[in-house]
Amino acid sequence: MAAVRTRSQRVLHRVAVAAVLAITLIFLSPIYWITSTAFKSRAIATSVPPTVIFSPEITSFIKLFTRRVQLTKPVEPEVYEAAPWWEQRIYDGGERVLKVGDSVQLSQYPNRFQNSLIIAISSTLLAVSMGTLTAYGFSRFRMAGEQDLLFFILSTRMLPPVVVAIPMFLMYRAVGMTDTHIGLIILYTAFNLSFSVWLMKGFIDEIPKEYEEAALVDGYTRLQAFFKIVLPEAVTGIAATAVFCFIVAWNEYAFALMMTNRRAQTAPPFIPAQIGSGLTDWTAIAAGTFLFLLPVAIFTFALRKHLLRGVTFGAIRK
Amino acid sequence: MAKLTSDSRAAARGWSDLTIRNLFIIPTILFLIVFNIFPLIYSLGYSFTDFRASVSEPANFVGLQNYRELLADHNIWRNFSVTAKYVIVSVGGQMIVGFGVALLLNRAFPFKGLVTTLLLLPMMMSMAVVGLFWKLLYDPSWGIINYALGLGTFDWLSNPNMALYAIAITDIWMWAPFVMLLSLAGLSAVPQHLYEAAAIDRAGRWYTFTRITLPLVAPLLLIALIFRTMEAFKTFDLAFIMSGQPTTEVIAIRLYKMAFQEWQTGRSCALAYVMLIIVLAITNIYVKYLNRVKER
Repeated sequence: MAAVRTRSQRVLHRVAVAAVLAITLIFLSPIYWITSTAFKSRAIATSVPPTVIFSPEITSFIKLFTRRVQLTKPVEPEVYEAAPWWEQRIYDGGERVLKVGDSVQLSQYPNRFQNSLIIAISSTLLAVSMGTLTAYGFSRFRMAGEQDLLFFILSTRMLPPVVVAIPMFLMYRAVGMTDTHIGLIILYTAFNLSFSVWLMKGFIDEIPKEYEEAALVDGYTRLQAFFKIVLPEAVTGIAATAVFCFIVAWNEYAFALMMTNRRAQTAPPFIPAQIGSGLTDWTAIAAGTFLFLLPVAIFTFALRKHLLRGVTFGAIRK
Repeated sequence: MAKLTSDSRAAARGWSDLTIRNLFIIPTILFLIVFNIFPLIYSLGYSFTDFRASVSEPANFVGLQNYRELLADHNIWRNFSVTAKYVIVSVGGQMIVGFGVALLLNRAFPFKGLVTTLLLLPMMMSMAVVGLFWKLLYDPSWGIINYALGLGTFDWLSNPNMALYAIAITDIWMWAPFVMLLSLAGLSAVPQHLYEAAAIDRAGRWYTFTRITLPLVAPLLLIALIFRTMEAFKTFDLAFIMSGQPTTEVIAIRLYKMAFQEWQTGRSCALAYVMLIIVLAITNIYVKYLNRVKER
């Protein structure tokens, strides 16, 4: 913007900055609300009117990770005294932690979280490694119908998940691959591959060809030049692409909903499904949501310089 | 000439460039054909049958019957009109809010980078999880939205007339940052000397905005508009999680129910193709504009 000169421009500038801060607060309030709900007690989480100031506690996280049942009669004082602090918090809420012998029964959440991790990481590794090779191929060599191929690759990304899921479900069912990790990994790899090719092509296009040509003159083979010159130069791009692919796979809901129900179910279809199973405990759901969103929030900050590139498939770079 | 000799020398030592190119590109193309194109051919075949995946009867060829019935079904048209309404409200809102915030942000102030990144957080989150926690915010009795706006126990999601707008508001919250990000890129690329020239000519604020700012940002706004339109047309997660109202049954939800709850597999494949053709048409336009901006 033009340098601030006149008095009216100065006032306008101040008003605009104040408006930006107000809008930022409004935008962040839903995130604050879900985060604060994760640290509330069950009673104040759904109090009328809503409670804004409260003393935080982590009972919701204990609930999130354990299986519990309603107490039918009050717990005996000796048992209560002998229990560790986290179990006492559950007794306080009129529930007890389910145990087999001495070992605490875990809820399904850690397992779903683990599925999300396995599937997102595997599909990211596949999509980024294949995508980087393909991007190099498109970036450095001429090919008949190159533009059409690139369009074809991007168009696979735009397919509505439900449209792909119907035939994939039938095919997976025929070969016994519904509700398997590998089934989702393949789908997410296919979904991220086009993105990874386009984004990596943008990054590799920026590495001067002269670097490799110099290496070729020095006696490197093309393959050596790729691994020893191009890949190290592309490390930032590869990392950014990987984080984007991870976030997409981590967040994906529709495929997971249609292709899995237990064994390979990821967190996104699991977290909302907890609603309606008995009395909804919003604090535990908020705790699960908080832990699920945390990695994405951290990655967003790590990616902040590359977000524009990422959301435009590498087309707009600055 | 130097390039040619070095290439041929390299080729003599290792794999030729042609081999490497094919080795790098073909696996990706094959992967996409096997897991995206082949399934679509498979479902194209089913779209001409009365196949139901829930029963073991073989599929009968019925020709174009599925397509004819779908196009004559006024319920499907209602799903399309719900989707159209959703696209207009949600994308319209995103464009206005996103571009508006970008105009405000386009100035120097302390912590600008931090504020921008914080504003971008919503679009990086899972649609399903966002839909879930907005249900908490929208709750009529203890939700924070009614409390903050002083609306008493106003019904958002269980109100058939309001639910679609409530979902669109959530979508605007999530994706206005996307429009903002693209607009900011466009705004920062407007050459400073144009504004200075306008100031010397004593051009009004409105004149400067409509004659300098808007035309230069327009290509990026158009890209944001096309992309968000396509995404809103395909929308599934938010509406599916937030509401079960018939007034929020967008086309992707109808398709999901037809395929995975009513098990009308053949018919759902036909509807999937109708959707697919629309999406491919929009993708075509999108890529055309994307390449145009890229060439600048």
